[in-house]
Amino acid sequence: MSPQLDRIGLVFVVLLALAAVVVPVLALATPADSPFNIPPYLVQLLGKYLCYAILAVALDLVWGYCGILSLGHGAFFALGGYAMGMYLMRQIGTRGVYANPILPDFMVFLNWKALPVAWWGFDSFPYAMLMVALVPGLLALAFGWFAFRSRVTGVYLSIITQAMTFALFKEFFRNDFGFGGNNGLTDFKDLLGFPLQSSAAKAALFSASAIALILAYGAARLIIGSKYGKALTAVRDAESRMRFLGYRVENLKLFAFVVSAVMAGIAGALYVPQVGIINPSEFAPANSIEAAIWVAVGGRGTLVGAAIGAISVNFAKTWFTGAFPEFWLYGLGALFVLVTLFLPKGLLGLLLRPRRERAPTPETPALAIEEGADP
Amino acid sequence: MTLAESHNPTLTHSLLYLDGISVSFDGYKALRGLSLVLAPGEMRAIIGPNGAGKTTMMDVITGKTKPDEGEAMFDGRFDLTKLDEAEIAGLGIGRKFQKPTVFENHTVEDNLLLATKAPRGVFATLFGRDDKGVRRTIDRILATTRLGGLRARVAGSLSHGQKQWLEIGMLLAQDPKLLLVDEPVAGMTDAETAATAELLREIARDHSVVVVEHDMTFVRELGVKVTVLHEGAVLADGSLDQVSADPRVIEVYLGR
Repeated sequence: MSPQLDRIGLVFVVLLALAAVVVPVLALATPADSPFNIPPYLVQLLGKYLCYAILAVALDLVWGYCGILSLGHGAFFALGGYAMGMYLMRQIGTRGVYANPILPDFMVFLNWKALPVAWWGFDSFPYAMLMVALVPGLLALAFGWFAFRSRVTGVYLSIITQAMTFALFKEFFRNDFGFGGNNGLTDFKDLLGFPLQSSAAKAALFSASAIALILAYGAARLIIGSKYGKALTAVRDAESRMRFLGYRVENLKLFAFVVSAVMAGIAGALYVPQVGIINPSEFAPANSIEAAIWVAVGGRGTLVGAAIGAISVNFAKTWFTGAFPEFWLYGLGALFVLVTLFLPKGLLGLLLRPRRERAPTPETPALAIEEGADP
Repeated sequence: MTLAESHNPTLTHSLLYLDGISVSFDGYKALRGLSLVLAPGEMRAIIGPNGAGKTTMMDVITGKTKPDEGEAMFDGRFDLTKLDEAEIAGLGIGRKFQKPTVFENHTVEDNLLLATKAPRGVFATLFGRDDKGVRRTIDRILATTRLGGLRARVAGSLSHGQKQWLEIGMLLAQDPKLLLVDEPVAGMTDAETAATAELLREIARDHSVVVVEHDMTFVRELGVKVTVLHEGAVLADGSLDQVSADPRVIEVYLGR
């Protein structure tokens, strides 16, 4: 990482830390008619953007620094979201339509008598938080173990990550699967005893998201700065060279992939109480592709750029879908094409001065033909 | 101790022992019964026309390709056909590719740092601290490869020849027992070629080296025993003058 990029990162962290304090103050301590007041819906919207930014940082860690273009990170995000959603469902208790103290409404509706095993323990907040990290992490571990050991790289890897999220998408749609089917999980009441509808809870969730984004950026930056991070970039640029130097490339990739999936899961867990619902559409393959677009637009391989990309694209999306609801996907497509053509380093490239001694950006080395394939 | 070892003095006293190696790709026989023995400390040049199986031989030694038949032993003890690339690199076999392959986005120093012999696991690299020994190794290699002034340069900005030297330096940093060097002077100027020959001779003082090369001037400059490969097997070996005089060699290779 260049010192220049680190300075931008520092500014970004300071701004986030300020926002974590100022936004709740303006939202809660100013009268509703004051020009400085931030209405609850806006706090919630901004918090949602920050969750997307965490997902983008997670994706940039594997794509930007290790060349693994995962188009299935939406699945890790959604799994973290479901784990949080299950906790929130169990908090509803007797306030549900059917007033069953144990079973969530959809289970009573489906005439289930007992709580499925997968739901056990989710009334405990620490257990649910453990699952937020563990479930996406274990899925990434299993998936990555097979994929990286089999040396699946490049577009082939991207395609199987799409297949992974699509399979989960289909599975979560089924009522029998036990996670609310098509409707997903919703009608949440409170989190740790605080009603989610209150302005205070919204402000607190915003601050938590800002802090989580700072931590995600900090963790990723530490990883990238270590010798392991250098090894990761080296795998991206010349994988076979690393193998012949004696590195277990699959283990290097697997670690980054699992860390990234856990980050995505945490992002999803913060997202769900802010939007108030989690359903299978979060697993939709297009969501994961959209996340890759945020990273590309912001600036791949910069971490800060990924976060900026996620926030700005989603800001544009909010505005665009309000102004011209039919045309958002065209707008997104056009944005992607324009950035690829004119801003190869993304929005962040505008901030970075061109450096004389910069090596050419590697072209998806994962697709390059391996060395030494003589006859 | 394997049975073969106790009965076979050639194997026991060799660093690299290849016997009857055959490899085929989709019916094409890249290697047909190749045998080659390299003594500890020896430097050997391998020549042969395109398609003679030079690179495939390196692939077999480094674990990239598994042979259909034949024996490949390292240091008289390790069966190379049963190990993968990382394990073989760990035994002390370093490989330089035909096309210079360095980490283009890293500095020269970081390229060497990643190559330097040290624990290679995720957690060892994640929490590892800089140590003085590693710095000294890097300094020494920068001096050997004449890259001292370029320490902080991004490797992608080096010239072709400098990249080749950096890659050779990375092999040295691995501290291998055996270096496999594939066409180190392809695309180099005459001055660079001469400097590379000198570098390799220097390295050969305390390492075993196998050099695959097309450039006869360069092979002459190395002044070592030459093995000629043809159609996946050894055609002849001896000094360059001896093999140049061999009528079979002239016919397949030098005569053209």
